[in-house]
Amino acid sequence: MIDIVQLLIYGIVLGSIIALGAIGVSLIFGILRFAHFAHGDLMTLGAYFALVGVAGMNLPMFFAFLLAIAATAAVSIGIDRVLYRRLRRSHPIILLISSVGVALMLRSLVQMIWGPDNKIYQAGVQMPWIVGGLRFKPDWVMIVGGAAALMILLHLFLQRTRLGKAMRAMSDNADLARVSGIDTEKVVIWTWLIAGVLAAAAGIFLGMDTRLHPIMGWKLLLPVFAAAIFGGIGKPYGAIVGALIIGIAQEMSTLVISPAYKPAVAFALMVLMLIWRPTGLFRGKVL
Amino acid sequence: MEFAGVFSYLVFFLTMAGIYAVLALGLNVQWGYTGQINIGVAGFFAVGAYTAAIMTTAPSEDHLGGFGLPFVVGLVAAMIASGIVALAVGLITLKLRSDYLAIATIGIAEILRLFLKNEQWLTNGVRGIPSIPNPLEGLTGIGLGLGYLAIVIVLVVLTYWAVERLYRSPWARVLRAIRANEDAVTAAGKSVLRFRVEAFVTGSMFMGLAGALYAHNSGFISPEAFTPMFGTFLPWVMLIAGGSGNNRGAILGAVVIWGVWTMTPTLIDLLNNIGIVPAFLAERASFLRIFLIGLLLEIILVTRPQGILPERPPRPIDLPADSG
Repeated sequence: MIDIVQLLIYGIVLGSIIALGAIGVSLIFGILRFAHFAHGDLMTLGAYFALVGVAGMNLPMFFAFLLAIAATAAVSIGIDRVLYRRLRRSHPIILLISSVGVALMLRSLVQMIWGPDNKIYQAGVQMPWIVGGLRFKPDWVMIVGGAAALMILLHLFLQRTRLGKAMRAMSDNADLARVSGIDTEKVVIWTWLIAGVLAAAAGIFLGMDTRLHPIMGWKLLLPVFAAAIFGGIGKPYGAIVGALIIGIAQEMSTLVISPAYKPAVAFALMVLMLIWRPTGLFRGKVL
Repeated sequence: MEFAGVFSYLVFFLTMAGIYAVLALGLNVQWGYTGQINIGVAGFFAVGAYTAAIMTTAPSEDHLGGFGLPFVVGLVAAMIASGIVALAVGLITLKLRSDYLAIATIGIAEILRLFLKNEQWLTNGVRGIPSIPNPLEGLTGIGLGLGYLAIVIVLVVLTYWAVERLYRSPWARVLRAIRANEDAVTAAGKSVLRFRVEAFVTGSMFMGLAGALYAHNSGFISPEAFTPMFGTFLPWVMLIAGGSGNNRGAILGAVVIWGVWTMTPTLIDLLNNIGIVPAFLAERASFLRIFLIGLLLEIILVTRPQGILPERPPRPIDLPADSG
C-alpha cells in the first residue's frame, strides 16, 4: 500500500512537469493549429539557461529560474518571428516539419555549447524527508508548488485580462476573432511567450528532479503530446488533468510492467483516448 | 589519400546513398503522394534491419534464430514485417488528421526502440546482432564493396520502377486527391481510410527493405544505429530537398544530402584551419553538422518548399476529339 502511495507522489511530480509542457503545446495547437515538435527541446534549452545562472553566475536558484524563463521566452518568440511567421501561410503540416528541424537545431546548439554529458544544478545528495514511511525530496515541494503557482497565474491571465480573453477567442474561432478586431499577431506573440515560459519551467523542474541532458526534453515530448490530446487540444485545463493522469499512470505502471516501457504507457493512453473520444476529456478540437 | 582509398570511400558513399534513396522513396509514397507525416521512419527501418538479421544469420544463443536463410528471403521478410507493423499502426491512427499520425509515429518509433533494446531473447538487447552475412561472401576487398553496391543500385532501380508505376496508377490518383481534398474523395464514394492504410503500409515496406540492405551492408546492428537523426530526420530532409512527390527528386535528394552530410566534417575542419570556425566548435563538429542540416531544411522550407525537382503529376489522358 505504501508503495502505491509513493508511486502516486512520483506521479504527481512527473505530472506537474508534463503539465507545464502540455499547456504550451495545447495553446499553440489551439491558436496556430500545428503540433509543435520543438517543444521538448525548448524545455531542454530552458533547463540549460538556468544552469548558466546557477553554475556560471552563482545566482540563487530562484533568480536563475527567472533569468532562464525570460531567455527561453525570448528565444521562443524569436523563432516565431524569424521562421514560423514566414511559414504561416503554408499548410500547417509544413510548420510541423519545420518545428522538427527547429527541435534538432536547438538540441545541437545545447550540445555545442554545453557538451553531450549529464549536468546537475547542485552537487551533493539531497536528504529526503521521511514521513510515515514515505520519501519526499525537498525539491518536489518546489516543483509541484512552482507548477501550481504558474498554472494559477495562467488561469488569472486567461480569465481576467483582455489579452487572455482574446487568446481564448482566437483558439475557439480564429476568423471570428480577427473580424471582431483582435490583433491576432499580438495574440500569437503572447502565445509563444507563455509557451516559452512554461516550457523553461518544465525543463528546469525536470533538471532539478533528475539531471540535465541534451535529450531530456525530446524524451518528454511524447508524454507532453499525450497529455495535451488526452485533455483536449486547445484546452489548457484539460492539459493539466491529462498530464496528471499520464504522470501517475506512467509511475503506477511500474507495478505491472518493466520500467523501461514507461513511455509506452503515455502512448497507449493517448491512442485509447483517440479511439474512444478524439476530442479528449475536456472536449477540445479534433484535428 | 591514394586512389584506392578514395575509390573505396566512393563505393561506400554511394551504397549508403542508395540505401537512403530506398528510404526516401518509401517516405515519398506516404508524404509525397498522400500527405501523411511519419516521424517514425527509424522504427520501420529498424524492424526491417532486425528481421533481415534474424532471418539470415547463423543460429545463435544470443537472439531469436538466426535461421541462416538466403539474402532474398531476408529482404522479403523485412518488407513483410515492416508492413505488418505499419498495418497495425495505420488502422489505429489513420482515421485522424495527419498531426495525430505524426505524434503516434514518434510513439511507435520510441516503443520499437525500447522493445529492441529490452527484449534480449529476440534481439540480444544493446549488444546487438553481429556477423550478419553479406550475400557476396565469396568476394573480397573492393570487389565485395562494388558487388554490394550493384545489388543496392538494382534494388533502388526496382523500387523506383515500382513506386513510379504506382504514381501513374489510378490508385495514386486517389491518394493525391486525398492529399488535396479528403471530403471530396469521401463524397466520390472512396474509402479514404483504406487508401491511406494501403499507402502507409506500402511506404513502410520499402523502409523495411532499406533496413535489410543496411543490416547486410554494415554486418552489425544495435538499437543505437536507428536514432531519429539518422533514421528519420535525414530521409525527411532528403525528400523535401529533392522534391516531395517526385521520385527522381527523392533519389537526387538522397545523394545530395548524404553528400552534404558526409562532407561537412571536412568542411568544418577546413574552415577551422583558416580560422573561421572557432576550435571549440570544431571539436563538436558532429553537433554543428546537425545544426547545419536543420538550418538547410528551414531554408528550403522558406525559400523553395517544392524542392529541387518539383512534383509533376501525370497529365490527364487526352480524350479523343469526337468524344466531346
